[in-house]
Amino acid sequence: MNLRNIRVVYRKELMDSLRDRRTVISMIVVPIFLMPVLTIFVGVLSARLIGRALLQVPSVMIIGAENSPRILAELRGLPDVQVVPTTPDYAQQIVDRKIRAAVEIPSDFDAIIARGETAQVRIDMYQGEINSGFGADKLQKFFRDFRERTIRERLDAHHLPENLATPIVVEETNVAPPEKVGGVVLGGLVPYFVIILSLTGTMYPAMDLTVGEKERGTIETILCSPISRTSLVLGKFLMVLTASLSTAALAIASMGLTLAAAGKMVGGIGQISDLGLQFQITPKAVIWVFVMVVPLAVLFSAALLAISLFAKSFKEAQSYLSPLTILVVAPAIVSILPGVELNARLSLIPILNTSLVSKEIVSGTYHWNYVALIFGSSCVYAAVALWVAIRLFQREDVLFRI
Amino acid sequence: MIVAESLGKEFRDKKRGAIRAVENLSFCCTPGQVYGLLGANGAGKTTALRMLATILAPTSGTASVAGFDIRREPEKARQNSGFLSTATALYGRLTALEMVEYFGCLYGLDRATSRQRALALFERLDIDSFRDRRCEDLSTGMKQRVSIARTLVHDPPVMIFDEPTSGLDVISARTIVAFIRECGESGKTVIFSTHVMSEAEKLCHKIGIIHDGRLLAEGSLQELRARYGHDDLEEIFMRVVGT
Repeated sequence: MNLRNIRVVYRKELMDSLRDRRTVISMIVVPIFLMPVLTIFVGVLSARLIGRALLQVPSVMIIGAENSPRILAELRGLPDVQVVPTTPDYAQQIVDRKIRAAVEIPSDFDAIIARGETAQVRIDMYQGEINSGFGADKLQKFFRDFRERTIRERLDAHHLPENLATPIVVEETNVAPPEKVGGVVLGGLVPYFVIILSLTGTMYPAMDLTVGEKERGTIETILCSPISRTSLVLGKFLMVLTASLSTAALAIASMGLTLAAAGKMVGGIGQISDLGLQFQITPKAVIWVFVMVVPLAVLFSAALLAISLFAKSFKEAQSYLSPLTILVVAPAIVSILPGVELNARLSLIPILNTSLVSKEIVSGTYHWNYVALIFGSSCVYAAVALWVAIRLFQREDVLFRI
Repeated sequence: MIVAESLGKEFRDKKRGAIRAVENLSFCCTPGQVYGLLGANGAGKTTALRMLATILAPTSGTASVAGFDIRREPEKARQNSGFLSTATALYGRLTALEMVEYFGCLYGLDRATSRQRALALFERLDIDSFRDRRCEDLSTGMKQRVSIARTLVHDPPVMIFDEPTSGLDVISARTIVAFIRECGESGKTVIFSTHVMSEAEKLCHKIGIIHDGRLLAEGSLQELRARYGHDDLEEIFMRVVGT
């Protein structure tokens, strides 16, 4: 191993890769633009859909209430609801989205209310369909107001105070620091994106620098130079690691800026307080997430380099690496699931451990013993992967497996 | 100088078992001499030369290249040799100058010296006009000239050529043939493999005929003609390999 030669190979590989459009896209363009584009796309799309749904006057059907002219009149008089003539296939009409909701009212509703009894009303809707939801909400609101009005009337009739029916008022307030609230919401998402992007950022350069050399016939050219194979693989590895880390760093920076911008747009710097959510990721958390991603990036770089070198062609390498993406995505998704908490056993599972500890870090919790354990175990996995990559570069049957 | 002593290479194949690509190959090539390894496709020429270039490790025997044992000191053997074949491609995204400079640095030269050597070679090989063009944009002939500059940047005493003209047009092939001759005349030890008889006749001081991994005949062109009673090298070759 010769540091000078490693530097020579690294410099060349970096220059070579930065001239490759596909590497630049995966290493620079995707991490910078993915998060803002996703945020803007999802934000604009959902705002449009919700706005359109809110503007619509939902068509609703009244079933029953034949002998209750008072409630019928009130419902028909609602300004933001259009009452359509009743048909027996109202449920099918909701499913077919011809009407948004229906309300089933007892025929003697007015009389029941007048007697001071309880009337049963049922609202039929299409669960999960936004327009139907808004229609049902409007009916819900009407009956909520109607109920409160009726309670007040009944209390008044018996000369009783209004608060008789309200013995307790429950109020919820958030006492958790803003970053912890943000952490719960974003804690899983941030490492998920960072981990996935640091893997995808590694993929193309790893293939280009190994099986790409086999395909282009430059592997023999470089092998006849006096550089040792260990120096060669380390120079290439450093280039792939650079791609992985720069992808991760750009992704973290892009996410931070996007969230700050999104927060500013909605209200308050870095806060989405109007929605009751506060998203804040501290610079300390950003640095620590990046530190925890470093050994993982080393693992990805070395593993992908070894796998790609083993392949005969770019196509074969892609067929090996695609399932690997699923292997990486799976633990990253598990870490987002509610109830999956960091413990000593999970700290030893690669990817999942980094994902979980990053989730904690983003929410402002630092379990230093786990941080050390995860960093240490990830370093061990990374070292093993690098050793395998170096060993594979010594094997003729792998280098000339064409 | 190149000295091969009972050089052998065996590959393992899952289906076919052990395959002996080269067996007990011994020969000597002295400075200023052009040694031609003549053989059909699959005769073991490429494997033999890859072993001399230390890209492959021998499974038996050994060889010395410029005085360095290929088993014990492979890096020094590579440091003192230049290897060129049609399989030794150029890095497409590097310019001709960057390519040769990069290899100069890999051969231990500092960047300034490497650049100086590259520019001197470019003038000699008429590469100056396209030195800043990416290798992927060069014609086959231009690429060959850049490859020659790449093998010469460290001025090695030993040159190894594996079917260097294979797949080239007449003009590019002539450039390579002239270059091999020049290497021999400048006192370098040159070994090259070919299955083109005319090239061997034109260039070689000594010819080794290899078949099924074994060296079946060796000598100067005159010696081979006298031994086999034929003037035509192709006829001699056919008689040696026995088909």
